[in-house]
Amino acid sequence: MIPELGHYALVLALALGLIQSVVPIVGAKTRDTALMRLATSTALMQFVLVALSFAALTACYVTSDFSVKTVFENSHSLMPLIYKFTSVWGNHEGSMLLWVLILSLFGAFVAAFGLNLPATLKAHVLAVQSWVACAFYLFILLTSNPFVRLPQAPIEGQDLNPILQDLGLAIHPPLLYLGYVGFSISFSFAIAALIEGRIDAAWARWVRPWTLAAWMCLTVGIAMGSYWAYYTLGWGGFWFWDPVENASLMPWLAGTALLHSAVVMEKRNALKVWTILLAILTFSLSLIGTFLVRSGVLTSVHSFANDPTRGVFILAILVLFIGGGLSLFAWRAPMLKQGGLFAPISREGALVFNNLFLTTACLTVFVGTLYPLALEALTGAKISVGGPFFNLTFGPLFVALMFAMPFGPLLAWKRGDLLGVAQRLMTAFAVGLAAVAAAFAIKGGVSVLAPFGVGLAFYVMAGAVVDIVERTGLMRMPMATVRMRAAGLPRSTWGTSVAHFGIAMSMLGIISAGTWGTERIVALKPTQTVSLSGYELSFDGIVERTGPNYTAQVAKFTVREGGVPLGVMEPSKRNFSARATSTNEAALMARGAGQLYLSLGDTNADGSVAIRLYYKPMVMLIWLGALVMMFGGALSLSDRRLRVGAPKPAARAALQPAE
Amino acid sequence: MTRKQRRLILIGGSVGVLALAVGLVLNALSGSIVFFNSPTDVAEKHIAAGTRIRIGGLVKPGSLQRGDNLRVSFEVTDGKSDVPVRYQGIVPDLFREGQGVVAEGKLESGGTLDADTVLAKHDERYMPREVVDALKKTGRWQESEGEVGGGKTR
Repeated sequence: MIPELGHYALVLALALGLIQSVVPIVGAKTRDTALMRLATSTALMQFVLVALSFAALTACYVTSDFSVKTVFENSHSLMPLIYKFTSVWGNHEGSMLLWVLILSLFGAFVAAFGLNLPATLKAHVLAVQSWVACAFYLFILLTSNPFVRLPQAPIEGQDLNPILQDLGLAIHPPLLYLGYVGFSISFSFAIAALIEGRIDAAWARWVRPWTLAAWMCLTVGIAMGSYWAYYTLGWGGFWFWDPVENASLMPWLAGTALLHSAVVMEKRNALKVWTILLAILTFSLSLIGTFLVRSGVLTSVHSFANDPTRGVFILAILVLFIGGGLSLFAWRAPMLKQGGLFAPISREGALVFNNLFLTTACLTVFVGTLYPLALEALTGAKISVGGPFFNLTFGPLFVALMFAMPFGPLLAWKRGDLLGVAQRLMTAFAVGLAAVAAAFAIKGGVSVLAPFGVGLAFYVMAGAVVDIVERTGLMRMPMATVRMRAAGLPRSTWGTSVAHFGIAMSMLGIISAGTWGTERIVALKPTQTVSLSGYELSFDGIVERTGPNYTAQVAKFTVREGGVPLGVMEPSKRNFSARATSTNEAALMARGAGQLYLSLGDTNADGSVAIRLYYKPMVMLIWLGALVMMFGGALSLSDRRLRVGAPKPAARAALQPAE
Repeated sequence: MTRKQRRLILIGGSVGVLALAVGLVLNALSGSIVFFNSPTDVAEKHIAAGTRIRIGGLVKPGSLQRGDNLRVSFEVTDGKSDVPVRYQGIVPDLFREGQGVVAEGKLESGGTLDADTVLAKHDERYMPREVVDALKKTGRWQESEGEVGGGKTR
């Protein structure tokens, strides 16, 4: 009964979605407020129905109702409750349901909180949002119905893929989808603006918070996916330039560019056409990402099943929305009015520079990801494009971007003074050079370029601090003035500085872990000791443990530094009988921002056990940097200027430094 | 500065960055991509020694030998030809004789692959697609093979 209810709710959501796709547009054409207002109610109701549907599926999983096919294929009655819950989206059908749940959630947000949007814009946005939703409802109902019953209910399920039986599944996919799907709002706003043929600075102010929120979720979603891969795959790597990873990186790059160009549009009413195009492209890349991961074009742990009809269906959705969006753009964009003027050396110019490099970097990732697919389709030759390709293409572009980053916020709008900014950045240059020298002094680095990378990261971090120091007048003014100025600084200025600091942190972590990390692979017998980067690890032996749905071999290590015991590390191997597979559970021990990392290999004939040991200095900065970036985004989001309709108090405006 | 000049600077800059990116991509594509080959391709194509390649097939039953210091050697077969592979390190959890494998490394003059990466399937439902294609070419692939679990123990 419950699965049928869930299925029915989804069908009802589709019906409402179809109404919402048409009626508000008719209302906007005929200036009929009642018809336009209908979209608000249907958008809210769509969310309620999809949530019901999702709750029904969740109920099937939690109660282990194996008469439902997806539950049978992806769950097991012995699994802990948290995994029963997360396995709802640990498969193709359920993850698509999560996709539309988030899509309808964003639609409901616009309906509920977009109170001061102009009526026609709101009607158009909700209608476009509904087009996207309908396409995906149809996709689920026609090709990926999660509620299909089995004629005879089996007694036991086939278990969730053991790799997915991890807390990461609870965090990574929902956040990633919040990011991917969040960009659908910017897309809907862009299409609505094209339909109306009108766009102004207020439009950017409406779009920016949505883009920012999606970007924050995507940033952390990618970082959490990377951390999950890092501790679960047992190779000590955190990014493999795998096509599915690139699929999430591309919307992030485009979304970051969109975030910055929307600033120019809001503040200076320039770059309008470009911002619209970026909004379309960002969501297109999210769709391409969904296609790459969900269609079975790529084989990976992310592609749960490869049913060709699904690939074709998603491809059709892709062509419809990307093709349709770009055609509409080509037709209507020339009608949009040109924006304000600015000199090449200015804040606007710096943001254009940012956009240029981010989109070009995105393009290189796009080429590296799709070229092998295209080549195979055309010539049949199979190639793999991996790390070296991206290091040679993406790397230099990103270095240029990072170098220019501290300049942007310090340049004035319209016409900036490059030399003046360079002088103000002197401290940052000095910090960067000192870091280069210090990095060269550390022995054991494998790359000559690495110290310069470290210097670049410190220079960007110092630059972010200089920005705030300059604005508050710290060191130059009396403390009381500084405090007043700091309080008067817009939150978005703080947000920019914090987010720029965060990306430099991630960069530092990547360089440090890659360059000064140590790795050893050894075969050990019990009581033997191995040393790594000043730590001694003694192998105490292997014990067997039984989990709810697996048995585990646990290797026990005692870690000492200079004879002082630091603790016990227990890398293990879990064998899941239901799927006859095993997973590797690496053991981690934090040392400052670095980590000791142990992963268990095979047992050899002579009784010794293969162990991989890594020491990765400052590796945690990679993911902490992403959290800092998200925090910067949150600061920016809380800026009252982004809350449309909240007027700035006049008294405070006088205190704000010129931007 | 007129609007026209500004636009020219903007367009010039964009074209410059794009040209830079194209240059980087072409440079990287010529140097750092790795071609995938089946064991039969390796036998027939006369690939120059020292080339980095990726091969895929099944681990030939009876060929797996473990040496000291985590040295492993085995042969990759597609039923028609075999390629000997040498590797030092920890092989993946589901690396077994008779199972699908992908190895990447330098081809030596004797025809042995000095591998630095060995990938096996990480799920009993999953078979590297390159392996499936390589096996399909020699007619060794059965549709059921994808579902049959790797229950065999070493």
